[in-house]
Amino acid sequence: MPASGAPEAGHAARARARTRSRRTASRMPAALLVPAVLGLLYLVLPLLALLVRTPWSGLPAQLARPQVVDALRLSLLSATLATALCLLLGVPLAWVLARTQIPGRPVVRALVTVPLVLPPVVGGLALLLLLGRRGLLGERLDLWFGITLPYSTAAVVIAEAFVAMPFLVLTVEGALRSADVRLEDAATTLGASRLYAFRRVTLPLLAPGVTAGAVLCFARALGEFGATVTFAGSFPGVTRTMPIEIYLASQTTPETAVVLSVVLLTVSVLVLAGLRERWLSGAATR
Amino acid sequence: MTPAHPSAVSAAEGLLARLGVNRSGFRLDLGLRLVPGETVALLGPNGAGKTTTLQVLAGLLALTDGRVELAGELLDDPVCARFVHAAERRVGMVFQDYLLFPHLSAADNVAFGLRARGVPRKAATARAHAWLDRVGLGAQVDAKPRALSGGQAQRVALARALATEPRLLLLDEPLAALDAGTRAQVRADLRRHLDGYAGCALVVTHDPLDAMVLADRLVVIEAGRLVQEGAPAEVARAPRTEYVARLVGLNLYRGTSTGMSVTLPAGGRIATADVVEGPVFVAFPPSAVALYRRRPQGSPRNCWPGRVDGVEQHGHTVRVRLQGPVPVLADVTAGAVADLSLVPGAEVWAAVKATEVHAYPA
Repeated sequence: MPASGAPEAGHAARARARTRSRRTASRMPAALLVPAVLGLLYLVLPLLALLVRTPWSGLPAQLARPQVVDALRLSLLSATLATALCLLLGVPLAWVLARTQIPGRPVVRALVTVPLVLPPVVGGLALLLLLGRRGLLGERLDLWFGITLPYSTAAVVIAEAFVAMPFLVLTVEGALRSADVRLEDAATTLGASRLYAFRRVTLPLLAPGVTAGAVLCFARALGEFGATVTFAGSFPGVTRTMPIEIYLASQTTPETAVVLSVVLLTVSVLVLAGLRERWLSGAATR
Repeated sequence: MTPAHPSAVSAAEGLLARLGVNRSGFRLDLGLRLVPGETVALLGPNGAGKTTTLQVLAGLLALTDGRVELAGELLDDPVCARFVHAAERRVGMVFQDYLLFPHLSAADNVAFGLRARGVPRKAATARAHAWLDRVGLGAQVDAKPRALSGGQAQRVALARALATEPRLLLLDEPLAALDAGTRAQVRADLRRHLDGYAGCALVVTHDPLDAMVLADRLVVIEAGRLVQEGAPAEVARAPRTEYVARLVGLNLYRGTSTGMSVTLPAGGRIATADVVEGPVFVAFPPSAVALYRRRPQGSPRNCWPGRVDGVEQHGHTVRVRLQGPVPVLADVTAGAVADLSLVPGAEVWAAVKATEVHAYPA
């Protein structure tokens, strides 16, 4: 069928041209592609190893052990409380950093990021020196109110919030900076006080940013080890969170440590995925 | 609607302002007086201080010097350290891109100002619905801003600003964000709503047509200072700066008149039918200019040689820019462009009847 041959050839040529142009557009230099793939493997392979070595058959029995249940409950509780504390203090702090002209603002921002780069153990020690029984503030708390923070669940929350707060503050500050300040101006010309404008305009528009910040904050708090173990210690049911339980188990019964790690990994993934589904994507399509 | 002359009405009723603002390398120094029911258009090139003026009146920016008084209330006076916060002023503002709250429905946007001022939710919502009805958006009360067309969003912004019953309404380029198709309709609607509004309205624009249609009076500023003020027809007939002349589409010259002949600083000479002496402005429309390949015989008193510098389509006519002793803009037909081969560099003669030339004291 020579009659139809020509158009078909033309069609094939066009398809080839399309493929070629598409390939040209998406072709990446090997110098970037190879390290990129290596980087991805570097991040994924350890988790894969964890899942491969998990003794799946013994999982239910391991999970039902009271110390595992206690540690998981404590971890979820303290990370939630720490996130709430970070929201309460961090959102206003982000607002001040993003929207006001206080003197020395760059210094304040630098101070906020310190816990981000500080080794958590050092952070825990610093908290101990401030809030410990002999600490700068801790001594007074003990003397005046009979409150001792170290080695309590409250200490866990404080340590986690200390380490996780910068994640929230920086995320929310970024969201505030990219939001349209003039919407607040518009609210002001309509008679809204600054607080009213913040509550009815700024905050709702900021929700995706705050959510993202809170998720990061929660994940960081959930995994916190160094500051917690230094400031709060490791008392079963009171301050022994999942990461600490995992570390202790890895010293004696590595198999238990693997199981606990899988649990923590699952919780982290669930939190991220759940929040993304419910809020982040919904907010993104707005 | 013909408002009384500003000075005839007590300023206690309207806006009385002398605005002094220093910003890095820029100074705004402008007196404004608006009576209730009057709509004034504030015109000026970019960077003239229009937005600064609105911000100061809205209370989003404080004066460096001067004072603002609205309906007898002192709003801003650095001398006696008085500054009424934007939220406490009875000033409404329609922003250039409307700045509707994207997460609130049209009704909630309009109710926002009432809620912020403590009106209970039910009453605020009812009033918001009434306002939306009034601007023809009764069916869109539950629509989010992103679902509204440009014209609808503009009307929501107007209703939102008017719902708080301001004494002064500020509109920043209210039609600039609209496409040409809807612009005429929205402009006419806006004029109707402004006519029904009892307070003072100040419209910032750089579109002469918007200004002419919407305003009872024009105030033109350049580089932070008043350069011309008056009724739209008056300003359009007798521009006093190059910017205003371009805005209203007139050829404008400044020179010295001896009777009915005006000498330009560069040496050109323009004949006019108006008798004035001394420093004058001379203006005539580009449509009054006729172009010839050779020096025309006969009556035209004004006849200048020139070289074509530029040719561009301008509505249904072609606008030709001539360089010469008297630089001229001329509107001719497309046919004339072909007949006279008006290409850049062509040498032609421009003629204008003296009766078309308007001269007035500078």
